[in-house]
Amino acid sequence: MKRSKRVIPGFGLSMGVTLSILGLVVVIPLASLVVFTAQMSFADIIKTITRDRILASFRVSFLTAFIASLINLVMGVILAWVLVRYKFPFKRILDGMIELPFALPTAVAGITLTSLTADTGLFGKFFGIFGVKIAYTRIGITVALVFIGIPFVVRAVQPVLEKLDASYEEAAGVLGASRSKIFFKVILPEIMPAALTGFGLAFGRCIGEYGSVVFIAGNKPFETEITPLIIMSELQEYDYPSATAIALVMLIASFVILFATNLIQARSAKILKGDS
Amino acid sequence: MDKTQDQSKNAKIVKWLLISISTLFIAVMLLLPLVTVIIEAFRQGFEVYLKAIADEYTVKATLLTLEATLFAVVINTVFGLFAAWTVTKFKFHGKKLLTTLIDIPVTVSPIIAGLIFVLTFGRQSFIYPLLEKADVKIVFAVPGIVLATIFVTFPFISRELIPVLEAQGTDEEEAAALMGASLPRIFTKVTFPHIKWAFLYGVVLCTARAMGEFGAVSVLSGHIRGKTNTLPLHVEILFNEFKYVPAFAVSSILVILAVIVLIIRSVVEYHGKKDG
Repeated sequence: MKRSKRVIPGFGLSMGVTLSILGLVVVIPLASLVVFTAQMSFADIIKTITRDRILASFRVSFLTAFIASLINLVMGVILAWVLVRYKFPFKRILDGMIELPFALPTAVAGITLTSLTADTGLFGKFFGIFGVKIAYTRIGITVALVFIGIPFVVRAVQPVLEKLDASYEEAAGVLGASRSKIFFKVILPEIMPAALTGFGLAFGRCIGEYGSVVFIAGNKPFETEITPLIIMSELQEYDYPSATAIALVMLIASFVILFATNLIQARSAKILKGDS
Repeated sequence: MDKTQDQSKNAKIVKWLLISISTLFIAVMLLLPLVTVIIEAFRQGFEVYLKAIADEYTVKATLLTLEATLFAVVINTVFGLFAAWTVTKFKFHGKKLLTTLIDIPVTVSPIIAGLIFVLTFGRQSFIYPLLEKADVKIVFAVPGIVLATIFVTFPFISRELIPVLEAQGTDEEEAAALMGASLPRIFTKVTFPHIKWAFLYGVVLCTARAMGEFGAVSVLSGHIRGKTNTLPLHVEILFNEFKYVPAFAVSSILVILAVIVLIIRSVVEYHGKKDG
């Protein structure tokens, strides 16, 4: 048994290289966070993170990230459906564009969305007619986060839709179910785990997002100040304990989200494997 | 008869409605920002554009960005190849922990990524006296920028390779090993042909993300113009000084890179589907 496991050469070498680089780049820096945290008192951490301004920033960050990810959940399912099920001109270009938020630097996305939605920009002017301000408000933050989160749900749902057996739908159709009923009763339950995985990944990414948000947010304390920006300003004032305490809250939140997402993902992986 | 005709008519309406919503969403959220960068960059003509690109500080920022990117791509390529080989070709305990650790850099906020390097090498660190003695500056200096760039792009190459190698299995490598082929020979003749497209995409994505990293680099850079300023940080400074045309001109360099990433991605996907 053991022999068949290690027929391929190079286990020691590749494991060694992998662990050395991983240790230097990821583990040691993370360990220094743990060491630094261990030197702080629990009471101090609680005192730091319950300051009004910090709490307000948590509210802004989580609320805007949640709403943006919800929008992406709905749009992601629609986009995945359209890209998998329909044939139409320019479909491949549309499909390729989905990845843009991964490839475009966040700072470039940030200044572009800001100039489009400021009072003088194309959208700013249009929505200004209705008295709606986008840039430098929470709406602006949400717009930037929608941009950042677009690929996650689409890319999670697409493979599941591709593998979904059409025979269930046909059976339901033969039995006289309406198209909307087929979608909500047959297809949606199948793609829901994947869609929620995408939602979780987008949500996790959005609460930590910095570059695309700082320009459009306006960064008014209590109103449009996001948590990553607060960490940034604490760092600029050399207040490392305070920055670390706030970062811990963000880290715990993103690990909880990641954990929940992994649980859901395990279920959707079962569906994917079951068909092939 | 009438009912089925009605249904197929409804289906057509739904189809084109969904396609229109999707196209509109992508046009507004993704295409328009991309076009806006180019329009804004050339707003005052080609000469002003060229002047902004050839500006002394832009050139210096470009050089620093290229330096950090080169380090990130080389180290993450070495790591990506060895890590993907380790994870997919061998069975061992703790594999799940290893893959989780590899993915950590993309799950934490870029600001927190910056923070952990400040804590590791900054003034309050126990390494700091040693660094000072050796006259090595990391935080607010070029090495810090390089480290942050390596960290945030850490899993990009291994991530692209692992699913492809997993799908390919280990049979071919085992056969080659039993016939007495050496590790380099197995890798170049048996394994690499399977992963060449995924590898190319990983390298290009890593390059683009390394060039565009903003948050983590922003924490570790002292924002000294001509010294510790990368392209995205230069964009930020220009934008905050209301120098919009130069800001977008510099951005356009990064946009071109993003478009190249998208094109290579769709080529990779095309080859992946053809091979699979």
